Amino acid sequence: MREILKSVGIDIGTSTTQLVISHLTLENRASPFTVPRVAITEREIVYRSAIHFTPLLSDTVIDADGVRSIVGSEYQKAGLRREEVETGAVIITGETARKENARAVLAALSEFAGDFVVATAGPDLESILAARGGGADEYSREHRCKVLHFDIGGGTSNLALYDCGSLLDTDCLDIGGRLLKLDREGRVIYRSPVLEPWSSLVPALGQRVEAAGLAPLIDAMTEVLEKAIPKDVQVLSFSGGVADCMWAPPPDWRAFGDMGPLLGPALRRRLEGAGYELVRGAETIRATVVGAGAHSVEVSGSTIHCREVAFPLKNLPVLRLTEGEEQGDAEALAAAVERRLKRYADQEGLCQVALALTGEVSPPYRRVAELARGLRAGLEPMYTAGYFPVVVVERDMAKVLGQAMGGSPLLCLDGVSVREGDYLDIGAPVAGGSVLPVVVKTLAFSNSVPGGERRERRNL
Amino acid sequence: MNDKELRALVERMVADLMGQAPTPQVKGADYHPMEPGPAVEGGELQDIAAIDLRRLYLVQNPKNGPAFLELKAKTPARLGMGRAGARYKTETMLRMRCDHAAAQDSVFSHVSEDFVKAQGYVPLHTLCKDKDEYLTRPDKGRRFDDEQQALIRKTLGHAPKVALVVGDGLSSAAIEANAADCMEAIRAGLKSYGIDPGPTLFVKYCRVGASDHIGELTGAEVVCMLVGERPGLVTAESMSAYLTYGAHIGIPESKRTVISNIHSQGTTAVEAGAHIAELIKTMLERKASGIDLR
Repeated sequence: MREILKSVGIDIGTSTTQLVISHLTLENRASPFTVPRVAITEREIVYRSAIHFTPLLSDTVIDADGVRSIVGSEYQKAGLRREEVETGAVIITGETARKENARAVLAALSEFAGDFVVATAGPDLESILAARGGGADEYSREHRCKVLHFDIGGGTSNLALYDCGSLLDTDCLDIGGRLLKLDREGRVIYRSPVLEPWSSLVPALGQRVEAAGLAPLIDAMTEVLEKAIPKDVQVLSFSGGVADCMWAPPPDWRAFGDMGPLLGPALRRRLEGAGYELVRGAETIRATVVGAGAHSVEVSGSTIHCREVAFPLKNLPVLRLTEGEEQGDAEALAAAVERRLKRYADQEGLCQVALALTGEVSPPYRRVAELARGLRAGLEPMYTAGYFPVVVVERDMAKVLGQAMGGSPLLCLDGVSVREGDYLDIGAPVAGGSVLPVVVKTLAFSNSVPGGERRERRNL
Repeated sequence: MNDKELRALVERMVADLMGQAPTPQVKGADYHPMEPGPAVEGGELQDIAAIDLRRLYLVQNPKNGPAFLELKAKTPARLGMGRAGARYKTETMLRMRCDHAAAQDSVFSHVSEDFVKAQGYVPLHTLCKDKDEYLTRPDKGRRFDDEQQALIRKTLGHAPKVALVVGDGLSSAAIEANAADCMEAIRAGLKSYGIDPGPTLFVKYCRVGASDHIGELTGAEVVCMLVGERPGLVTAESMSAYLTYGAHIGIPESKRTVISNIHSQGTTAVEAGAHIAELIKTMLERKASGIDLR
């Protein structure tokens, strides 16, 4: 068995808009004489678009038509029809996510995206997609070390911390190459509002600047990036347009009309001087779009239980039981689940949520039956409210749990690890109905600005 | 060089060796263990069979022990066991013998009658009189005598949708470890699909081919048999499920669907049970099993 999923990634960033198309190969890796185990065995990028400047109508409004025509013409060049796209992600990143019409632009792009394409804006997913696209997760797995990945773009720096291949933390800083834009003569034509805390270091609009004049600002920016590095991290990896400038800056620093060619080399000098090991990402300026196109989707375990569910399911908030709650008997479990649902309903209003738990390794059947009774009773309010239970287990036990729970509609899947507060997209079954494509949208755990204040999550 | 010459050469070499090589004489006083023996706590030795080999790494001064352990977690192979000179360490050698003994035990021991009774299985046996006959006469492990045939007919009735069978096969340990949880999951799963599972049979001295006789006798649409796998050094507790649609005497082996490797380190008993229940449902819908089901 071999199946190919066509996946698209579109990244509308502060400075550039890009698109990639990739083929994800699904294969059953188990022998024919055992329970199937389907996995994504290959992620191949089959088309890379040109790198376009993101069209803007003004400093606060994205040119939606401009973006649409870029995407449309790239689809045409790639020979791709909308119906063929099975999965992927459209992501509005960096400063662009804060533009007034970001949501409208996402809506305008929906005609290009298939049913199961994630549309999102803001730093939540961006850090992770960029790190995966740049190969930082792989590097930390291969070398068994902690790696902090920096995706430094035009408007923001997205950080993701990996330890031996698993994600520990993400962060987003307002540091980027295009916070200041210059014309050909080197006059300042744009100052990002996020530079406010450093106003004394920032040249005024219309002022002509030299590289030396920007040195104090560049120094302040690189200092913020260095301060973001946790104490026990030795290896740093980089992607984004500024990463290219770290290793190969253009001869004329004004080539891109921004600070990138100054920021990159300065950052490299500072970090190498401090003794860190620097790794250039497998992808640099395309890391986020490659991450969106090839690394946003994973597959569930191959033993799932699914009854009369209308796919795709999108943006399911994850409620995760604690270890203690999970170990209770049926009554305690039901009470814990009900409490969770009620608390969520009080705060956000009840919607279609997913309940997550770790599950057990090779449990006896009576324990499965007990779990099922507890979950079934606790999740009853979902049916009453017109929704249905979606249960996500980490350990391999979803099918037996689903059968034991009974009822319809019902969805039980395993092999997916999610945390409280994550959001989950689940696509229609693939590979002969045995697995579900899943996108875990992990939230950025903390956000900070220069000066260390916390910033609200930008959720559209 | 022809055969005769070669033979003469080998004979000469053997004679030389026999005549000259001294038999090694090792006295107890010459034995100096390279490592201290196991610490004895409260007069009890540690149960070496309880050590999880996937988490055991014995190489001294490794370059990166944790990385090796992470790789080891993916395989039951005895890697990273270190060595004493050119040989295994004592611990490794003892564990090999221990696992080998467990494998032999699981072949020669019986599934306890209490287990069968506790699960409410209907006890049956094939034509074999004892384990020796079971091992030497596979044909007898596939058929039942008249009395047992009548009991099978009476228990399952005529043309049931599914006949559920547990057979000891070559590992009684596998059955005692997995069959109960797996069968409970199968039965619950079948009920959730609206299929009446009927009683479960237990067959002593059972070969997979006994499915065919049961199918022939009852006309069951699907015969599902859980049976102990021939044990190896990795685990003595691995169980398989053989599912046959329209089983009858003489049906080709290719018409069976098999799910192997059911044990706590492989596919777990309960999840396998849920998978098997769905497989039975699919077989009933498509009226096929084995290669016909593809």
